Amino acid sequence: MDNAQLKEVVTRLVPDATFEENKQFLMVTVAPDQLHDLLKNLKENPGTRFDYLYCITGVDLQPNLQMVYHLESTVLGHHIVLKTATSDREKPVLDSVTDLYKGAELNENEIFDLFGIVFRGHPNLRRMFMPDDWNGFPLRKDYVDEINIIDLS
Amino acid sequence: MKESDFEVKPPSDREKSNILLTTVEDLVNWGRSNSIWPLTFATSCCGIEMMATGAPRHDFARFGVEVYRASPRQADVIVVAGTVVHKMAPVLKRLYDQMSEPKYVIAMGACAISGGPFFYNTYSVIRGVDQIIPVDVYIPGCPPRPEALLYGIIQLQRKIKEEAIKTGLVNRNNEGEFPENPKVY
Repeated sequence: MDNAQLKEVVTRLVPDATFEENKQFLMVTVAPDQLHDLLKNLKENPGTRFDYLYCITGVDLQPNLQMVYHLESTVLGHHIVLKTATSDREKPVLDSVTDLYKGAELNENEIFDLFGIVFRGHPNLRRMFMPDDWNGFPLRKDYVDEINIIDLS
Repeated sequence: MKESDFEVKPPSDREKSNILLTTVEDLVNWGRSNSIWPLTFATSCCGIEMMATGAPRHDFARFGVEVYRASPRQADVIVVAGTVVHKMAPVLKRLYDQMSEPKYVIAMGACAISGGPFFYNTYSVIRGVDQIIPVDVYIPGCPPRPEALLYGIIQLQRKIKEEAIKTGLVNRNNEGEFPENPKVY
């Protein structure tokens, strides 16, 4: 399927998704509570069959915390990019996709460790890179560390 | 009268040592310095340079560094090659404590000496491994060339040859200092 056909499929599933124009892959922005069902449909629909989630990224766009999912279909050969954003910085909660894609488990651990987004339904959410008793989430733009970071500005 | 006439250097171990044991010390120190076996500890890019130094082109087996010991109980020196982060620091301390005396530490590369390129804007790197364990030889470079690591090993050999049997094979207390009144064997 090419980008126009994928756009039709996604609009049928989630009517108020927004798209970005003129990119290599189709980029879809949805609300956080629609994401899990959309992924489930895209995975199981025989016309799209997105069975390979190859990247999850967290982005700190102030004031939102955004997640970007890159999906590929190894059977049919097309790609899609899904984005969601949550504006809650105190207790951001999103649905975990580990029940659909097992490989997302460690990526979601990393995003919890560095951004603080809690994933509902994750089997073992824990800090991976930072020590277990670390306070704060280092990759947020407003992260301040008086002790370790020597600020030269 | 030169400036260096007034310089007071603390006596090295050899000068403090017992005259009867001098030749025995020479022999023992020669043996010990020419057979320094390191512990396998390489965290990042300096580890690759250390492997290159062990490879046939710049071979450090010709200096006595014959094999790497995987167990700290059997190793003589730990060459800290690479960046040490907050999560790795307790592991490094534990390995150092488990090594049996006499033990030495070589800090290889800028990250192990002072945090290196990560000295300023990072939350995770320890600024120099001498904040955790006492270091004998510092080898600067990012990464140091294999020849620089060989020179560092030669310096460590010179340091070992200066040691006296009186301070003995238990030559340091836990803080890495030479004891005040060492026992005379």
